[in-house]
Amino acid sequence: MWTLFITFFKIGLFTFGGGYAMIPLMQEEIIAHNWLTLAEFLNIVAIAEMTPGPIAVNSATFIGYQLYGVGGAALATFGVVAPSLIIMVIFSHLLAKLRASKYSVALRGVAITVTALIAAAVLGLIKPAFTNYADVAIALTAFVLVAKTKISPILIILGSGLLGIVLYGYIL
Amino acid sequence: MSMQLIWQIFSSFFKIGAFTIGGGYAMLPVMQRDIVDRLGWLDEQEFMETIAVTQSAPGPIAVNTAILIGKQMAGLPGVIAGCLGAVLPSFLIILAIAIFFRNILNWQPALNFFAGVRPAVVALIAHVAWKMARKLIGNTASLLLFLTSLALIIFVPKLHPIFIILGSGIATVIWASSQKQQGKEA
Repeated sequence: MWTLFITFFKIGLFTFGGGYAMIPLMQEEIIAHNWLTLAEFLNIVAIAEMTPGPIAVNSATFIGYQLYGVGGAALATFGVVAPSLIIMVIFSHLLAKLRASKYSVALRGVAITVTALIAAAVLGLIKPAFTNYADVAIALTAFVLVAKTKISPILIILGSGLLGIVLYGYIL
Repeated sequence: MSMQLIWQIFSSFFKIGAFTIGGGYAMLPVMQRDIVDRLGWLDEQEFMETIAVTQSAPGPIAVNTAILIGKQMAGLPGVIAGCLGAVLPSFLIILAIAIFFRNILNWQPALNFFAGVRPAVVALIAHVAWKMARKLIGNTASLLLFLTSLALIIFVPKLHPIFIILGSGIATVIWASSQKQQGKEA
């Protein structure tokens, strides 16, 4: 069980940028330990993709459970977030220091660059997410609803999911 | 520090964790609505600063963000509340799938649900980008910085975002000090 904790600690520690950036290292570690076959691993990635939450956490929970039951799931999940706990507490101090320093103006530029990162992510997601006109219609509706009404993003997500069930299950 | 604040941190990140479908930036729409608009814990500028920090560090971005905001709002208890809130929904859902429902990938309604959610999430993230851009891009210099960053991200994919973020911060400091210099001379 110690190996399980250490392995997921390592995955949490060495993957920058979250999400998909974590998959190659995870795959390497998990296959090397013979915890899952490649097909099983890809299955978990697919499940992690369509269920809520960070992919790393989802995979840790699944593999931990697979190996040692609920206790293993908790241990692997703790392992994958433990580096974040330590590093983020340190970064929080650094951010507070930077905000109070004479270089705080740097953060104005940083905020704009992050906005560009998010915009770039959207551009990259358009092709894989839009496979037909129904997808485009769902996206446009979601955008108008979130921009023009007070309806919460949560309801829009749930609504579009239900729409998906009806549309792809019974109509298209 | 009140129990109410700790509970708010936990429940907000629980909500965010439960509706981050599709990884990474999918958390932004719910987070923006809850943390920026509803609770007012961060303004748009601070929200983007937070994302800059959490994505320049190792680990899942949603978890990092929960820890950072928890820390700033309520110290160590806030860290634990935020982290637990962000992780618990995935933990419980995956555990349920692992125990009862391994065949979820063959269950068509689940796939259809996800097929409907995916384009909507892209639109919701696009809206966050639009809102942030309108709030933060105020003059020609900031527009130029935005476009330069965007071009670098798209056309130089090998350049890790951390370096673009760092470069942008440094460029802004240099630009601001040159402006000040000009002000003095004039």
